[in-house]
This record gives sequence, C-alpha cells and structure tokens, in this order.
Amino acid sequence: MKKSWLYCAAATAAAVLYAANPAAAADTVKIGFMWPLTGNAGAAGQASKAAVEVAADIINNPHPEMGDIPLAKGAGLPNLGGAKLELIFTDHQGNPSTAQQLTTRLITQDKVNVLMGAYQSSCSFTATAVAERYGVPFMVGESAAGNITGRGFKWVFRGTPIASDYARTYMRFFADMKKEGKKIDSIAIVNENTDYGTSVADSIVEEAKKSNIPVAIRIPYSASSTDVSAQVLQLKEKKPDVVIFISYTADSILYMKTMKNLDYKPPMVVGDDSGFSDPSFIPAVADVAQGAMNRSAWVIGKPGSVTYKINEMYKAKTGRDLDDTSARNMQSFFALADALNRAGSTDPEKIRVALTQTDLKPNQLMMGYQGVKFDKTGQNILAATYLIQLQGKKYELVWPDKAAEAKLQWPMAGWAK
Amino acid sequence: MLLLQVIVGGLLLGAIYALFSSGLTLIWGMMNFINFAHGEFVMLGMYVALLVVVWIGGGPAAFGFAAAVALFLLGVVIYAGLIRHVMRGPMLAQILSTFGLALLLRYTAFWIFSANFVSLPENSLSGTLNLAGIFLPTAQLVAGLVAIILTLGLHFLLTRTTVGSKLLAVSEDRSAAMLMGIRPNRMQAIAWGLSAGAAGIAGALMATSYPWSPSVGETFGLTAFVVVALGGFGSVPGAMYAGLIIGLIQAMSAFWFGPIYKDIVVYGLFVALLWLRPQGLMGKA
Repeated sequence: MKKSWLYCAAATAAAVLYAANPAAAADTVKIGFMWPLTGNAGAAGQASKAAVEVAADIINNPHPEMGDIPLAKGAGLPNLGGAKLELIFTDHQGNPSTAQQLTTRLITQDKVNVLMGAYQSSCSFTATAVAERYGVPFMVGESAAGNITGRGFKWVFRGTPIASDYARTYMRFFADMKKEGKKIDSIAIVNENTDYGTSVADSIVEEAKKSNIPVAIRIPYSASSTDVSAQVLQLKEKKPDVVIFISYTADSILYMKTMKNLDYKPPMVVGDDSGFSDPSFIPAVADVAQGAMNRSAWVIGKPGSVTYKINEMYKAKTGRDLDDTSARNMQSFFALADALNRAGSTDPEKIRVALTQTDLKPNQLMMGYQGVKFDKTGQNILAATYLIQLQGKKYELVWPDKAAEAKLQWPMAGWAK
Repeated sequence: MLLLQVIVGGLLLGAIYALFSSGLTLIWGMMNFINFAHGEFVMLGMYVALLVVVWIGGGPAAFGFAAAVALFLLGVVIYAGLIRHVMRGPMLAQILSTFGLALLLRYTAFWIFSANFVSLPENSLSGTLNLAGIFLPTAQLVAGLVAIILTLGLHFLLTRTTVGSKLLAVSEDRSAAMLMGIRPNRMQAIAWGLSAGAAGIAGALMATSYPWSPSVGETFGLTAFVVVALGGFGSVPGAMYAGLIIGLIQAMSAFWFGPIYKDIVVYGLFVALLWLRPQGLMGKA
C-alpha cells in the first residue's frame, strides 16, 4: 500500500515537472518499434533494427557528409530544441496477437510518441489497429499488404511501396521483355499463405489479367514447410515462362535448392524481396540460383555517394551490406523523423498533421522512390522500385534500362551443369 | 512418372521422420515420459553438423557421427542432471520440465548461433542421381536409407541384444530388474542417450538438404509427436511405418490438392485412424 502511494506521488511529481518544463520534455522523442527479433523472420527484424539504429545515429549526431538527407547535418531535432531520438525495440516473433499486445504496452507503459513496425503484414495489420484506437502515429516501414492502409485510419502512414506498386512494376518489366522478343506466354505464382504472400499474389493476378498474361498456376503454401518438392513438380508440369515467388527466408532457399535437385529450371525466376533479400539467401543459393531476379528500391551506389556512405556505416555496425527491406525501413524512419521535427512538438495531433504534409524530394531520399508524400489513406504515392538480378555473389541493378548498372541475363543460368 | 517422383520424395522424407520419432517413442516406451525437447535435439544435431563442417571441414560421415555422439552425451547429461530428479515429481512437473528444457535449448541456440538461417555448404552429397527419369537428390537418398537402417538397428538393439533386454526389463518392472542386478538409472541414461543420439543424427541428415534456424525444432517436435501417436506409443517399428506413411501422405496431398491442404489431409487421416484404433498402428491395446 505504502509502495503504491509512493509510485503515485512520484508519477504526479513527474507529471507536474513534465508540464511545467516543456524544454525538459523535449530531451528525447520516444519511438517504439515492434519487429520479429527472434523466430522465423528474426534475421530480417534484427537487420532492420540495426538499420534504424544507424539512421538514429545520423539524426542524433552531426553528419554533414550525408548530403540532403533530412536532419543529418545537425544534432537531434532542431525544432524540438535539439531533442534526440530514443528507440525502444520489442519482439513480436511474427505473431500478430503479440504485436497487438506490444503496441498497447509501448503506448501505455513506455509512453512512446510514435510507433513503427512490423515486418510481417499480418502483424502490421493488428498493430496499426491498436495505434489508431489510441491516436498514436504509426509508420509502417516495409509491410506490403494492400489492406493495411485504406481502412479509413487517420494515424497510419506507410513509406514503402505496396503490393499493387510491385505488381504493376513486374508487368511493365514483362512488357519490356516481350518487346525485346523474350517469350512470356504464361507465368506461375508461388506464394506463402499469410497476408503478405496472399495480398501480393492477388495484386499480381489482377495486374496480369489487365496485361493479358495468363497465370498458368498459383500455388499457395505454408512458409514453415520442410519439403517443397511437390510444389516444384507442379511447376515442372505446367512449364510457365516466369515463376514469381512471394516467400520468406527458409522457404525461398528450400525452393531454389529443390528446383536444382529436381532438375527444374524455368526461363526466369522473380522473387518478391523478403526471403530473396534476406542476408542468408545469397550465401545459401548463389551456386544454384544464378540469374534469379528480385526487386529492390535500394542500391548501394558508387563510392562517395550518400547511399554508399550509409551502407558503410551499416557495414561497420553489422559486417553486412544493407538489404532492401531494412533500407525501406530506414527511409520510412527518416520520413518519420522529418515529420517529428516539422511538428516541433510531441503532441500526437501535431505529428499526425506534419506527416500528412510530408513532401520529400528524390534528392532527400536514400531510396529509388520518386519522393515521399502521403495520400488520404496514409500511403506514400511516390514509392517505386528497381529490379535486380543475382549475378555471381551479389545482386546487380538490371532494370529499368535508364538506371541499370549491369546487363540483364535472360534466361537465368541457375546452376553450372 | 511425376507421381512416382512424388512418392519417392515422400518416402525419403518419411524415413527421416521415422528416425527422429523412434527416439521419442523409445523414451515413452521405456519410462512413460514425454519429452517436449525432442525437436530441439534434432535442431542441435543440425548445428553440430554445421560446426563440424565449418571447423574441421568434415564430410557427411564425420558430421553424422559427431552429431550422434554429441547428442548421445547430451542426452545422458540431461537424464542425469534433470530427468532423474523430476521423475520423482508429479506428472505435470515432468511435462513442464522438458517444455522448459526445449525453450532453454532453443533460446541458447538463438544466443549462440543468432536467428539467421544457415545451410551446409556444398559437400560430397550435393549431386542428384537420375534413375530412369526419377530424380534422387543424393543427400536425401543417403539420408533416407541411413535413417531406415538406423531405425531398424535401434529396433534390433532393443529386441535382440543384452542391452535391449535390460532396457526392456527396467521398463517392465523396475524393482524386479534391480533384483536381477540391472541398474535402472544406468539403463535409463542409455535410453536417453540413444533417443537424443537418434534425433541428433536425424538432424545431421536433414541438414544436408534443408536450411534452418534455431526455431526449426518446433516443426520437427510436432511431427515427431504425430508420428509416435500414429505408430503407437513405445513402438519403434510403429514409428517407422508411421513416419513413412506421413511423409508419403504429405507429399501426395501437397501434389494433388496443393501444399496448404497437406496438413489438413495428414491430420484428418490421423484423427480418423486414432478414432478407429486409439492405440496407434502397432501400439499395445
């Protein structure tokens, strides 16, 4: 009893101090994250955590070498008296109901000012609903399922391109290839069967219909499968010209290896990021998946460029190159920080309004987007992506032509005979 | 031809299910004890294989053997350090102790090996055999055959050797066995070693063709329980047939109905069979 009274008094005292001294309140701005830091997608969550830690370093400390990246030059958020960003990380392990609980905890106990997450679309879906209820701005960094925005939410923003953007990109790419005389009479779609895989596959089916490209077969599967030979044999039977994989890490590796084992090589494989961008992917399959394509809005670029310097910082921290998923998170984080600064306050409504007024230009970005600008649903309407291809031990930017850094190889080589 | 390929693939996978499940069924048959950490033993077997390849460049024979020995020792240690003591407690304590052990092993693996997916580098088992149009990935072929031989070997050990007789004696009547000069603790420690060792070598065999992370044990643990229940608790041949059947049904239903339906088919048949024959295929009624 006595103890709880003490807490109460302390809390009241803190509240009084807090209210009386706005400058002290601006010491830090708390950003709560929920990501899968363990579990099947743990590697991706850890990589994103490291990426936003680098971004926070760029904002919290002076980094004049970072060109036009917002808030890089000075230390902290100037409009909040140089307030630093404080990052609070939580681990939902890829479980949507855990993500929901963690969001509540971050808001009510950690009292975060804004939220960001949550990798798996299914987790972003539940977490954003909680943020909406409490009226706390939520930045969806990378989840691609269409239905996360468009639910009439006021507090949810998404910096990354979404499923339909990607689907349209693939169709533009196929149209280009057909013009060059490549044969694309039918495609196959292999998707993991949670929100992410299903929604991206739905978008691709829809866009393919518009472009008159028949979908020979669509194979939904569970990402925790330990054996995918039946799926590969189904593909082998249908002989599509392109197979699009919407897969997480272990399953994408397993598909590439099983395709080699069963001697099945389609003319082209396109991976929809995620598993294909996981740091474990290239070391595991470089010998058997030569020429596999993937999407990426992130390119390391030439030495001396801002993107190259960002990658160097990330590499110094983790020993690895920055991947697309983490880079999209980092970009969303920069957009969020920019809005926090323009809001000039930790008042949720002011932050929300600042987010709706976001207008970042291509030169202020680290990604290949045309900009960052949110529509009424909170979706970034200027997001876009490049296509990359596994050549040797790394991905090379091969499409669109005007941005390409290497020549596209079609059909894919797969493995050495 | 395609169907034959599906069948062969299913049977090879089923053979490995059989091997790691036979370890689980052994512990149940010997001690009426459910080990929830069994899937984690498989996972540790996979990491032992990886370490042997990375540190000393060992081939499949070396890392298979190393995984079996390392897990055998771990099984004995776990018996002596934990199981022997909780056996005296209530049933709930027994169940929760191995559940806790599973989490301990899994998160220790996360701590040591990180959450990243790993796979074994190319080795002498990386090729594919083309047998009249049927593709047999060497790794899976060898793994499947070795798994069958080891499962049969384990059955032989239990039924035809002195050690096996002693193990069975302890499980039938502990005090009578003691009167015959058999030391129950030593025999049960051996049973735990064999159980974990079988899981370990199954893990090493799986590692030749599957990428994994520390959470892989969850999937395998569940499979093992289904195999053991289907085969009949305590029956090694039962686990072998059940493993092969489940591997086969999974592969065929994934091919015919689509992969998302394969678990529905497997568990549907499983429930139906248990309804008709609750003791499992080979279990004693």
